[in-house]
Amino acid sequence: MKRLRFNQQEIVFAVFALLFLAFSIFLHGFLTPENMLTLLQNVAVLGILGLAMAIVVIGRGIDISLIAALAVPPGLVLQMVQNGHSLPASLLTAVLLTIAFGLVNGWLIAYAEVPSLFATLATGLLLAGLGQAALFQLDVVQWSDGMKGFERLGQGTILGIPTSIVMFAIACVVVAFLLRQTRWGAYIYAIGDNPHAARVTGIPSRPIIVLQYVVAALIGCFAGLVMAASVNSMPTRIFNSTLIYDVILVVVLGGIGLSGGRGGVLNVVIGTLLIGTMLNGMTIMDISYAGQNLVKGVVLLLAVITDSFLNPRNEETAQQGDI
Amino acid sequence: MKYAVRTAKVIAAAFGLAAIAAPALAQQGLDEPFQKPFKEALAGKTVAYVPVAMNFDLTEGWYAGLKKELEPLGVKFEIRDPNWNTNAGAQAVTSLISEKPAVMVIHNPDVQTYAKLLQRAENEGIYVIQINMGSAYRSSAFVGANWIEIGEKDTEAVVKACQGKSNKIAIVQGALSAAASAYTLKGVENVLAKHPEIKVVSSQAADWDAAKAKAITQTVLKQNPDLCGIVGFWDGMDIGTAAAVKEAGLTGKVFVATSGGGERKGACELVKSGAFDLNMSYDCRPRPRRWPARSNGCCRPAPRPARSRVRNTRP
Repeated sequence: MKRLRFNQQEIVFAVFALLFLAFSIFLHGFLTPENMLTLLQNVAVLGILGLAMAIVVIGRGIDISLIAALAVPPGLVLQMVQNGHSLPASLLTAVLLTIAFGLVNGWLIAYAEVPSLFATLATGLLLAGLGQAALFQLDVVQWSDGMKGFERLGQGTILGIPTSIVMFAIACVVVAFLLRQTRWGAYIYAIGDNPHAARVTGIPSRPIIVLQYVVAALIGCFAGLVMAASVNSMPTRIFNSTLIYDVILVVVLGGIGLSGGRGGVLNVVIGTLLIGTMLNGMTIMDISYAGQNLVKGVVLLLAVITDSFLNPRNEETAQQGDI
Repeated sequence: MKYAVRTAKVIAAAFGLAAIAAPALAQQGLDEPFQKPFKEALAGKTVAYVPVAMNFDLTEGWYAGLKKELEPLGVKFEIRDPNWNTNAGAQAVTSLISEKPAVMVIHNPDVQTYAKLLQRAENEGIYVIQINMGSAYRSSAFVGANWIEIGEKDTEAVVKACQGKSNKIAIVQGALSAAASAYTLKGVENVLAKHPEIKVVSSQAADWDAAKAKAITQTVLKQNPDLCGIVGFWDGMDIGTAAAVKEAGLTGKVFVATSGGGERKGACELVKSGAFDLNMSYDCRPRPRRWPARSNGCCRPAPRPARSRVRNTRP
């Protein structure tokens, strides 16, 4: 008899569905179209970051420097415009900085063969420090008149849907296309699944690894621009927050194993939805800060424990370790 | 205290000399007797400054003010920037205690972490001036905003704006354990106790984070579109609160009260644009000018640390 098996993605989806159902029944004002849009809007930036992280994690890496890419280049745009530069020139500078940053990350990991965890930990600190020391006057870079019109990237609606959700959707489509429809995407999966085999078969694994980090940094920068537009400023000290753990959480919770080679955009969407539903429900219930942390911890723990019961560690994970 | 005794003698002698010599020297300029010992007492002293982090309006303003006032007097002015890291801050204070500066100017991240350390510093003879966010330990001086009053004033304004409306308000707190947040909340509670008709539909901590404040406010506004006011705890964070109100098309209908250091772009322009209806400013500029007066006082052979307590607050 074949035993019923679930993978993590299905478990998390089940948890999400249960939570969603419970909130819909017991929480007045949860299941309204407006609230659904707010829910999505609040986690859109987290979702976009999750996509960037997913690309790297699928290729068996991790990018801790993502928040630096989110904070510094968009902060630079705001600062440059504030100092009187034109918006296109500022954007171009920021994109070039982001690409250079991704190249450094990729080079360190692919060619210098520094483990991705340590390489990105260091480069993230470097970029954030550079921003604080040399680029920004204050921690929170404010919106200025020269940015007029650009706030539409994160505010307002397109066809009735808040713009940040549309941006998340666009990012989803682009990343899904990259991963599933292009040869590069297939290479990323191959490298994540078995780097040595990938190299032996002739896949240009080093350039592909560099590409992953450049793309991740660019998506991070995009998420930063959406965020800055939505709050009309760039609080660059977000680098010091725990946002990066939330991003990793979204990815891992969604079912993209840290051992690489598995998962896709759908997993990120599911992980993001679960976090969004929890946050939204708890805000409506006006649960205290400590209470919210407790609930988050318990739900995540439940998901992980259920997963390890239903999918016990096998030979492969034993050899690779989880991270 | 040997130094103190000597300086005291100098002052006494100066008084005596002045009494005898004054009539004879009346034609010439008189040296003000406190000047020399005052300058001598300050020259070569070290003042250390530990803010929560640099790079935002308040701490930058304080830094500039202190530097401007102290360095011309020959005081060595040092800064240790923990960059929002409470652990790094505690380490900085600990290492400062062993370096024995004359005065430590401390900006507490919360009411507990530094409390014991500051007590130890004063026992070692270092004067501790706490600024803006105090700790549970009361040191020689506290200079800063009167948070409770700010909370009260903000809430009173919101309550007033709510008259004849839904009486539903929301509170966007900072970081729970920070003095600025906890004491402001007390002020809010004080006023709400007098106004039982006001209903608080949400009271959440946004951790001084604009994005979090925006997310919370959006959700609250969707649930309570008839909300009449929001008490925010810091303008740097409430940019997000105001953005959410603006997106909901409720600017002018929902009264947003907040407080902050009075940075031009982050505060004044938002008040002008109508995003903030009330922004209590504990203007950071004039303050540092007063601290040197305090620290000067401390460096003179005046009271021992922790004997006299100065409290200089302003709303």
